[in-house]
Amino acid sequence: MADLSEIKLSIYRFNPDDSRDPYMQDYVLDNPEKKDMMLLDALLLAKKQDATLSFRHSCREGVCGSDAMNINGQNGLACVTPISKLMRGSKPIELRPLPGMPVITDLVVDLTQFYAQYEKIKPFLQNDEPEPATERLQSPEERKKLDGLYECILCACCTSSCPSYWWNPDKFVGPAGLLQASRFISDSRDTHTDERLADLDNPFDLYRCRKIMNCATVCPKGLNPTQAIGHIQQQMLDRET
Amino acid sequence: MATVASNQFDAIIIGAGGSGMRACLQLARSGYRVALLSKVFPTRSHTVSAQGGITAALGNMDEDDWRWHMYDTVKGSDYLGDQDCIEYLCKNGPEVVYELEHMGLPFSRIDSGKIYQRPFGGQSKNYGGDQASRTCAAADRTGHALLHALYQQNIKANAHIYSEWFALDLVMGENGQVAGVIAMCIETGECVFFHSRITILATGGAGRIFQSTTNARICTGDGFGMVLRAGLPLQDMEMWQFHPTGIAGVGCLVTEGARGEGGYLINKNGERFMERYAPSARDLASRDVVARAMTQEIREGRGFAPDGVDHVKLKLDHLGKDILDSRLPGICELSRTFAHVDPVNEPIPVVPTCHYAMGGIPTNINGQVLTQNEVGQEVIVPGLYAAGECACVSVHGANRLGGNSLLDLVVFGRAVGRHVNDALRDGVTMPQVSQDAIDKGMQRYHHWMDSSEGESYVPVREEMQRYMQEDFSVFREEKSMTDGLEKLQQCATRLEHAYLPDKSRVFNTSFIEALEMDNLLLTAISTAHSALSRRESRGAHSREDYPDRNDAEYLHHTLYFPETHEIKKRDVNLKPLTMKTFEPVERVY
Repeated sequence: MADLSEIKLSIYRFNPDDSRDPYMQDYVLDNPEKKDMMLLDALLLAKKQDATLSFRHSCREGVCGSDAMNINGQNGLACVTPISKLMRGSKPIELRPLPGMPVITDLVVDLTQFYAQYEKIKPFLQNDEPEPATERLQSPEERKKLDGLYECILCACCTSSCPSYWWNPDKFVGPAGLLQASRFISDSRDTHTDERLADLDNPFDLYRCRKIMNCATVCPKGLNPTQAIGHIQQQMLDRET
Repeated sequence: MATVASNQFDAIIIGAGGSGMRACLQLARSGYRVALLSKVFPTRSHTVSAQGGITAALGNMDEDDWRWHMYDTVKGSDYLGDQDCIEYLCKNGPEVVYELEHMGLPFSRIDSGKIYQRPFGGQSKNYGGDQASRTCAAADRTGHALLHALYQQNIKANAHIYSEWFALDLVMGENGQVAGVIAMCIETGECVFFHSRITILATGGAGRIFQSTTNARICTGDGFGMVLRAGLPLQDMEMWQFHPTGIAGVGCLVTEGARGEGGYLINKNGERFMERYAPSARDLASRDVVARAMTQEIREGRGFAPDGVDHVKLKLDHLGKDILDSRLPGICELSRTFAHVDPVNEPIPVVPTCHYAMGGIPTNINGQVLTQNEVGQEVIVPGLYAAGECACVSVHGANRLGGNSLLDLVVFGRAVGRHVNDALRDGVTMPQVSQDAIDKGMQRYHHWMDSSEGESYVPVREEMQRYMQEDFSVFREEKSMTDGLEKLQQCATRLEHAYLPDKSRVFNTSFIEALEMDNLLLTAISTAHSALSRRESRGAHSREDYPDRNDAEYLHHTLYFPETHEIKKRDVNLKPLTMKTFEPVERVY
């Protein structure tokens, strides 16, 4: 177990109002009780030392997806990552903004493109049948197909760790968007499967996935976008034959 | 004073949680010029953390009736809820749940293909009979599923969303109506006057006034603060719900659904102690009842950690791995992450934790905000609506039942959307606004940005949270509350002279926290005054010096007026719309 009495952070700093180029700033936090804590708690202690440090955060329990960042080189949520897992001898914990996204300030990135890719796959149920007076029926087995898909929290850990997305952020939907596409394609209540598949049937939207699997490695909810993308590709093949 | 850009709308909504997005959806389909403002990206709103479900009498598991749901809700409220509004809530429950299902909300299912419903606290069949199963669930991630479905529908409806804009203050029109808000773009620091015919507050709760809360860090009472600074009253602010099962020391919520599925609480002797406090409903008694029982067990030395964060435990292992994985996967994950306990093998350490504001901005059944005029008559504040946790309709009275908050969001979010639609169609005019009124809305911006010395807001916030925790918690009494109020007033003086060290205009999160602290402290002070005024025990407000409910003197709402700190009474509406009154009787579970 690492020595937790002193927590060292090295944090990416940038403010566009400031003439300085981006730089890494060190913070040393005293932790006399050697208490393990979540990285978000450590960041809040750092912010007490330095009010100018900016990062997003809200639910502090891994469901709102606000505090995604690059932690020791891997994307994750600060609020569900214990510092004991990050300490590496005397080296500080390195925190950078999510890669591949424009930086607004410090650890805050601009997610406009990410959200646009999400919207592109029409992330809403489409059903042309008239609405019944009560619920549309769905068997527990049909509902089970949505498990592992609907839990996405749009934190962008996956998409911003995807090299294919780094190359073509304006064209490739990316793992988060495709996971959602799969969520609606798999929903027995959605009647637009053909249209959804046709929309994705082009060289960029779906087929830029190279099965690198960074997305599945970093997902803080344990979801597997690569697998979901594979399912869509399989359905595409089935449809063509 | 710098000029502020102005933008005109037919309606604006502040807050993109469940109620704000439901209202927005209603209006986005109307063709009016509508804007939804949120200080966080919509799916990061606190609705996302709701777990157990949304209560509505669908009758999927067993026979059920919305009238039974109404009875339970009135009783749960300790008779402080308005019975006309509760009837409206429960009667519309099934319809709004079906709407959500049609929107794509991935509810869990039973073999017939219908929506799965689980038992929750305070639910009965046939007016106080056997336990009912009335809470519609998407595993234990219902809030997440609901919020995302509503956001997705708003995308479909092309709603106009201002994401990461922070509302500073209401702007009042020349004839006393609300004329919009000043809001700041967090990314750029730019302030804009959102001049609007109608303003809807859907700003959520303020659990962060307490040290220990299940609430997200964004739950800072921004709507409460704005309303109080406009000189308008808040209602029933003494009524804060303490959820029985927050993870000890961390505060993260463990859904009541865990007890609904068959889990139960134990003390250090392994005793299922709720059997002594609520022989019939046991662990599924109302939340106020369970929270008090737990606190009493801990006080009497039957907690597990008298030297640390003392707590009791929630036992789930007897349910088996399959049930836990399929119905409670989210709380298993939370428990492993935050309590280092796997519920499959070991019980979870839990403690009552501040969870929900039953009180808030007083509204009528349409969501129109109310105040009193000089002679004490009830009047509508023109141009202003409120919905969701920030509103006090009041459907929850002195104690909210589990699963009724998500229901409240969609029922009254929709009702507000409909009423605003009608008001716009009937030609509500754009309020005239003076430059003075706009400048007033910019006051806090300049106050913090111009501050040049003093202490930070951070220690003031920490002390306020400690005082609230010590003096206004599960059990309350006169002396400690009086001391608590005095300490909160000292906090207010300190906050006035506090200093903002970071003056950056780009995504300045310290500035946002300072603005939120203004709102938190006003909320805390309103709670202190209201709690001191109610010398009885009712629902969540439990006084050791006045242990009994006193209907003769206190069967009324508390209205707190900010300028004088005066408390006025408002009658509880005991008359339902079509049903017969449920007369106040002793509450037994």
